[in-house]
Amino acid sequence: MERNLMKGNEALAEAAMRAGCKCFFGYPITPQTEISAYLAKKMQANGGVFLQAESEIAAINMVLGASATGTRCMTSSSSPGISLKSEGISYIAGSDLPCVIINVERGGPGLGGIQPSQSDYWQATKALGHGDFQLLVFAPASVQEMVDMVVKAFDKADEYRMPAMILADGLLGQMMEPVTFPEISAEQKPKAWACDGTKMKRKHNIINSLYLQPETLENSNISRYERYKKIKETETDAEIYLCDDAEIVVTAFGATARVAKSAVNAAREQGIKAGLFRPKILWPFPVKEINEACKSAKNVLSVEMSMGQMIDDVKLALECRIPVSFFGRTGGVIPKPSEILDEIKKLGGAD
Amino acid sequence: MAKITVNFEKCKGCGLCTTACPKKIVELQKKKRNSKGYFTAVCIDNDACIGCKSCAIMCPDCCITVER
Amino acid sequence: MAVVFEKPHALCDVNLHYCPGCTHGIIHRLVCEVIDEMGIEGNTVGICPVGCSVMAYDYFNCDMIEAAHGRAPATATGVKRARPDLMVFTYQGDGDLAAIGTAETVHAATRGENIVVIFVNNTTYGMTGGQMAPTTLPGQVTQTTPFGRDPKVQGYPIRVCEMLSTLSGTALAQRVAVDSVPHINEAKKAIRKAFENERDEKGFSIIEVLSTCPTNWGLSPVEALERLRTDMIPYYPLGVFKDCDAKNPKEEK
Repeated sequence: MERNLMKGNEALAEAAMRAGCKCFFGYPITPQTEISAYLAKKMQANGGVFLQAESEIAAINMVLGASATGTRCMTSSSSPGISLKSEGISYIAGSDLPCVIINVERGGPGLGGIQPSQSDYWQATKALGHGDFQLLVFAPASVQEMVDMVVKAFDKADEYRMPAMILADGLLGQMMEPVTFPEISAEQKPKAWACDGTKMKRKHNIINSLYLQPETLENSNISRYERYKKIKETETDAEIYLCDDAEIVVTAFGATARVAKSAVNAAREQGIKAGLFRPKILWPFPVKEINEACKSAKNVLSVEMSMGQMIDDVKLALECRIPVSFFGRTGGVIPKPSEILDEIKKLGGAD
Repeated sequence: MAKITVNFEKCKGCGLCTTACPKKIVELQKKKRNSKGYFTAVCIDNDACIGCKSCAIMCPDCCITVER
Repeated sequence: MAVVFEKPHALCDVNLHYCPGCTHGIIHRLVCEVIDEMGIEGNTVGICPVGCSVMAYDYFNCDMIEAAHGRAPATATGVKRARPDLMVFTYQGDGDLAAIGTAETVHAATRGENIVVIFVNNTTYGMTGGQMAPTTLPGQVTQTTPFGRDPKVQGYPIRVCEMLSTLSGTALAQRVAVDSVPHINEAKKAIRKAFENERDEKGFSIIEVLSTCPTNWGLSPVEALERLRTDMIPYYPLGVFKDCDAKNPKEEK
C-alpha cells in the first residue's frame, strides 16, 4: 500500500473523506485549522459539501441536519469550540444520530492557549452537554491512528446511532508521519430512520429529543443505555506495553503516551520493571484491559497533559486496589521523558 | 346548496369562524359541551349557507368540512 | 354535493395542542395546503423550533426534525446541503428566530440557503408563559415587562423582514397576517411563492406571519384578532419587502 508523509490533521481529513464523509461543517479555530483547510480544497471534487458556518453552534446543528438525512458528516474544532458545540452534541445524542466530532485539544480553561493539551478528557468522557448520554471517544497516538480511528469512528457511530469523537491534541494534529490509507468499503447500511422524504411510501420519520412524558423519556434513556452496555462489553481497546511483569504501570493516552513510552523504555534500561497502559478508546474505558495490565503492578502512575483527569477512571477501574499517583503538565506544556522517568523512579524506590 | 360540518370533538369553541361568516349563520352553541368542555361551533341556518369556506379558512383546528 | 374544503393530506389527523383560537393552526394548515397542492409531501423535510410549535413534528405528515432553540435555520442548512433534492422548511416563532437564533437566521439568509422559513410573530414567548419577545411592541405588558415594554430599558422590537430584505441572499421577504379570510388567502399565496422559490432555487425565502396569542395576551380569540389589526399591523406593515432571484441578482425587482 502507498505510504504518504502527512500532517496529522490532513491525514485525518483525507481519511474522513475516504470513509464516506459527505458533509463537513466547521468554524475556524487553532489548532484544528488544517482539517478545514484540507476539506475546503478537496470536499467538493469528492462529491461532498464543505461549509464554513457562522459559529460552532451553527456548525454542530448543521451536522444534526445532515446526519438526520442519513448522510455521513462531521465537524472539527478545538477545546473552546467544543464547549460551544456541547448544546448540539447533546441534541444529536438525544436524537440518536450518528456523526463524528474532532477535538484537536488545546489548553484551557477559557480562551486558554493554543498549545497541546488533554484537559478536555472529563468533557469528552463525562459531560459533553446536558443529560444522560455518552460519546464514543477515540484517542489516537499517531498520525496512522488518526486515520484508522476516524474510519472506525464513522462505522461505529452509524452502528450505534451515536456521536463519536476523535480526541486528539495539537501535537498529533501538527505532527508529520508516514501513513497508509486502509481500503474502505464504500457500502453503508441503509438508515430506515432517516429524514430523507417519505416518498409517500412510509409513515413520516421524526428525529427528535423531546419527550414530555417522564416515563417516555426514561424509557428512551434506558434503551440508549442498553446500547451503551453492549458498547462497554465489545468496543474497549488499549495498548498494553511491557506490562507482563511490570511493577510500575504508567497510564497515558494520545501523544502523552508516546512520551511515556520513551520513559518506560528508559526505566527498563535502568532495570526498573515499568510498563505502559494506553487506552485507545477513552469511553468506554478499558476496565478489563487495565486490570489485566496491572496484574503485577505495585504502583500506577497516570501521566496526562492536564491537572489530572483520566486518573479518576484509572482509580475507578482498579477499584483503588493499587495506589495511583499522578504526573502532569498543563497549559500547553508537554511532559519530558526525563520528568516521567523521575516519577517512575520515585515510585520504584530507586531514589 | 351548501353545508358545513363541524367536527364536534375537535372544535375548541374559539369562535373565530363566527367572525368570518358573511351570512352570520355560524355561532357557538350553548347546549352541549364536547369531551374537552368546549361549546362548539354550529351552523344555525343550513339553507342560508353559500359554501364560501370562510369559516373553514378561519378555523385554527381544521375542524370544518365544507360541501357544495 | 362535493367536498370543497377539508383537512389537507399533509396535516396529520390529530388534535393540535394549541390553545383555543391560537392562529398557529391556521398557519400549519396553509403550509400543508401548499405542500399538497405542489405535490411535495413525500419529498419535504420540516424543521421544528423550540416554543409553542415545538411539537409540530406530530402535525406534519412529511419527515420532521426537531431543532434546538433558534438553530432551525442551521439544521435546515445541514439537511439542504446534504440533500439538495429535498424541499426543506423551518417553522419558527419570534423568540426562536429573532432572539436566540438571530445569527442562524441572518447567516442562512445571507448565504442564500435554498430554504423556506415560516416565521410566526405573535410578539410573545407563548410556551414559557408570555415573556417579552424580540418583537414585543413598545408598551406591551408581558410577564417580564410588567409595566409595559419601555424602549429606553428593553430596547426596540426587531422588524425581521425589513432587516433580512437588506441581505443579498434573501429572495423573498414578505409579511402577512392571519386575522381575516382575505389576509389568510394572501398568506397562503406568499407561502406558495416561498416554496416555489425553493423549488426554482432562487435563495432564502421568509414569510413572516403576524399571529395571535390570546392566552398570554389575556384576550378572547376574537379580541386577539382585533389587537393584531389595531396594534401589530401598524408597527409591522404587511407587504413584500424583497422579491427577486437571489441567485441571479440582476433580476431584482
